[in-house]
Amino acid sequence: MALLSGGEMLLRALHDEGVEFIFGYPGGAALHIYDAIFRQDKVEHILVRHEQAATHAADGYTRATGKPGVVLVTSGPGATNAITGIATAFMDSIAMIVISGQVARESLGSDAFQETDMIGVSRPIVKHSFMVQNPQDIPEIIKKAFYIATTGRPGPVVIDIPKDVTDPNVKFEYSYPETVKIRSYSPPAKGHSGQIKKAVDILLSAKRPIIYAGGGVIQGEGSELLTQMARKLGYPVTNTLMGLGAFPATDKQFVGMLGMHGTYEANMTMHESDVILAIGARFDDRVTNSDVKKFCPDATILHVDIDPASISKTVTAHVPIVGPVVPVLKEMLELVEAGKSKIDAAALKVWWERINHWRTRDSLKVVLADNDVIKPQQVIQALYEVTQGDAYVTSDVGQHQMFAAQYYHFDKPRRWINSGGLGTMGFGLPAAMGVQLAFPSATVACVTGEGSIQMNIQELATCKQCSLPVKIVNLNNKALGMVKQWQDMQYGGRHSHSTYADSLPDFVKLAEAYGHVGIKIEKLSELKSKLQQAFAMKDKLVFIDVVVDPEEHVYPMAIRGGGMNEMFLSKTERT
Amino acid sequence: MRRIISVLMENQPGALSRVVGLFSQRNYNINSLTVAPTEDPTLSRLTLTTVGDDRKIEQIIKHLNKLVDVAKLVDLTEGNHIERELMLIKVKATGAQRAEVKRVADIFRGVVVDITPTMYTIQLTGTSDKLDGFIAALAGTPILEVARTGVSGIARGEKVLSL
Repeated sequence: MALLSGGEMLLRALHDEGVEFIFGYPGGAALHIYDAIFRQDKVEHILVRHEQAATHAADGYTRATGKPGVVLVTSGPGATNAITGIATAFMDSIAMIVISGQVARESLGSDAFQETDMIGVSRPIVKHSFMVQNPQDIPEIIKKAFYIATTGRPGPVVIDIPKDVTDPNVKFEYSYPETVKIRSYSPPAKGHSGQIKKAVDILLSAKRPIIYAGGGVIQGEGSELLTQMARKLGYPVTNTLMGLGAFPATDKQFVGMLGMHGTYEANMTMHESDVILAIGARFDDRVTNSDVKKFCPDATILHVDIDPASISKTVTAHVPIVGPVVPVLKEMLELVEAGKSKIDAAALKVWWERINHWRTRDSLKVVLADNDVIKPQQVIQALYEVTQGDAYVTSDVGQHQMFAAQYYHFDKPRRWINSGGLGTMGFGLPAAMGVQLAFPSATVACVTGEGSIQMNIQELATCKQCSLPVKIVNLNNKALGMVKQWQDMQYGGRHSHSTYADSLPDFVKLAEAYGHVGIKIEKLSELKSKLQQAFAMKDKLVFIDVVVDPEEHVYPMAIRGGGMNEMFLSKTERT
Repeated sequence: MRRIISVLMENQPGALSRVVGLFSQRNYNINSLTVAPTEDPTLSRLTLTTVGDDRKIEQIIKHLNKLVDVAKLVDLTEGNHIERELMLIKVKATGAQRAEVKRVADIFRGVVVDITPTMYTIQLTGTSDKLDGFIAALAGTPILEVARTGVSGIARGEKVLSL
């Protein structure tokens, strides 16, 4: 058995756990660990330019691969800079391991240089956390951390390591545990068969059904089974913002995303339904709108989720099913198969006629501008065509995020990577780095805005250092578009601190300053050809600055306090 | 409605802060809280009282269960249970009041555990209601100090909360 220091054990354990990359930034309390990184070649360290970016990059890596991303930061400011990214992962149930350096054990609690109570600061936004008290505990804690982060409802796990625990001169025998058992933690392995049977009976007897699938289906690798079952049933399917790609967007049964900026047909189908099968979705306020009493008044709700606390939290489930999506869907699929003849085909036909009628409203129709002005939606449409719908698309937060969700039709899971729950601006570029590292030859587009991109613009340097050919599609409307839209709609058009047109950087020059290629697109007539040019540069990061119509709003938009059937459809129309 | 929730959890640093943090984070109330190791020193038993409608209590229980350090828990108020709280109360006891305070303490089966010429310290155990009742019965007697432990509880009959 090898004798290893705490720092060496940490690296060995990460390698034994199958970790390829660590996203991090060094500092005093982490230096023993960084020296251990230097002296090995199994795990590759990616040096970011801000710790927040390390967490988003690891997060993007997890979302694209399904394997947990790993972050390493130092104590104090290193740790607190990671907080936003940890909260982002927590809200979207993303598995992530965050290792933070800490001051030496004897200095704990003394307000030492760069000391922060990381366990305390991160407590409300982690699935669990560990403070390593002894070097010998490192292998077991790493094993437990990965087990907790990736099982049940996934989430971030923080491991805080005092500096002296990784002392290179203190060595211990190392062995990595093969299995782990935590007596107080037992995630559900399957759903309750009686409940599943009950749910399928209701589902099969529905006259106006809808399947409402969320990010849990993607995280739980249930997309294929869900698609099979939906096709067997012939029922309409809607995906949440987090669930895009769980069911193919180009399938005729797909009615689009639902919720605040969902399609007219998705929201109407939900509102008028008599049975909703919710899978891996949590009835978030961006879906239900603010008054849950008006939510889908006729619907019997069947709710499948791995987290019992998500069930009946906001909307009461008539049939709750707690379990992982794959075994539950397998059981459901068998029962659907056996009971298919019970489906009321006549009622379903009438239901589809109504849905198709709602579809004719064409709620995502783009009203073209004059004078060669580019509408932001057209950029996403062009991006979809140029990348043939096969890119990994990361996004930041705001109007561009909603346009990307509405107009890029995701047919596969893990292709749409965005901060849904926390809504973190600055997420897109570092997340794209994580995706590109995981899939070096894939096309990775970061759809962003001139507001969001400046929240982590420094990562252009990381992309240079690691040769990451991310394509940044910047929808530049010279304003914080979503804030401005709300100010237009609710604050009499008073644009309080949402515009900065006279102080924007020249993004082309900025990209060039970082050693990348910058392209500016100002005319609709050159949109597609220039995008094609940019995406043809396979091995280069291209910053594509697209000047878009600054007056555009995102529609449909839910009317506050209304039901799902109440939406603004344009600046002048409402339901 | 008032509930008594008993939690069996890992006796580890940070475990208590996760429970307490959950309550403040999710805007739940804690009325009282008591915690100590069990006969198995690796496990702690924490008992808390809270108020909320059924929906809120259901969420509290679900979220407590989600905590990795929480092994098992029970809402004692769902069944028959025994509830006890201990109070030490220091009251002014002079003149005619001295006998009166003693009489009230006797009625409530309190024990005088310390005296000075001007005060009594009384120890009282029982349900929180009984303790409240004692304080109410002392109306007119100046209360100098109150120390209550918070509620501890256990289910009646054969039901046990253990691993």
